[in-house]
Amino acid sequence: MIGVEHFLTVGAILFCIGLAVALSKRNAIGVLMGVELMLNAVNLTLLTFSRFSVSSRPVAGQTFVVFVVTVAAAEAAVALALAVSVYRNRATIDVDKIDLLRS
Amino acid sequence: MDGFGPAFAFWVLSFLTLISAGGVMAVRNLLHAVLFLILTFIGVAGFFVLLSAEFLAMAQIIIYVGAIAVLILFAILLTPRAGRDNGETRWAAPGILLAVALFAVVVFAIQDTNWATVKDSPDITVQQLGEALLQTWVLPFEIASVLLTAALVGSIMLVRSPEEEAEDALA
Repeated sequence: MIGVEHFLTVGAILFCIGLAVALSKRNAIGVLMGVELMLNAVNLTLLTFSRFSVSSRPVAGQTFVVFVVTVAAAEAAVALALAVSVYRNRATIDVDKIDLLRS
Repeated sequence: MDGFGPAFAFWVLSFLTLISAGGVMAVRNLLHAVLFLILTFIGVAGFFVLLSAEFLAMAQIIIYVGAIAVLILFAILLTPRAGRDNGETRWAAPGILLAVALFAVVVFAIQDTNWATVKDSPDITVQQLGEALLQTWVLPFEIASVLLTAALVGSIMLVRSPEEEAEDALA
């Protein structure tokens, strides 16, 4: 029997893998991939609650996921444009070496 | 969610999704990491079908696999000298430790909570979703479209080359 806990646990594992990727990767694009994994985990959790919760407005959970996907797409476009722009100026997207603001 | 079918689908999808998410973390080549990321997106789309959100599963495939993954691939190909390296920073160990600690806390919360759940799926049609988007939440919907336009214009501005900007300044 598959219950709400199973889906939430998968969402939690996926979120934590995404967090580990985002915190540990050296390449800025790798960090972005971690952020995308976390957003996917959050969507999975939102849909789990939308499916299993007692609610007077069951469609709200799915609507929220639509907005999360929209914002994720906008975020990915801007972040990748930033990575390409930084690469043009510094010839690297290693997050350890992008330290212009360090005094 | 009873019966053999959903349980089997759940375990297969969990295996696929989590193994490929681990692959994003583990592989050394950034291009291979993107391919694992695509596999993870497909697995999450399968979960959406299992949670009876068929429209969002299609949207997940089209937007994540079709658009965002291709965008990431393009960004990798546009930064050639940065290498295909998927290595870790010096701060990898604390980051992974933090993720494991967060996981322990979240799993404790999940196990400790008494979830009041419904047995049957609420059965949401695409028509209901469309009506919700264009009636109840029409203002957030329009704001999201403005946000998308602004993000597109912004990313085009960011990746313009200096020569193009000089040409525009002359014109």
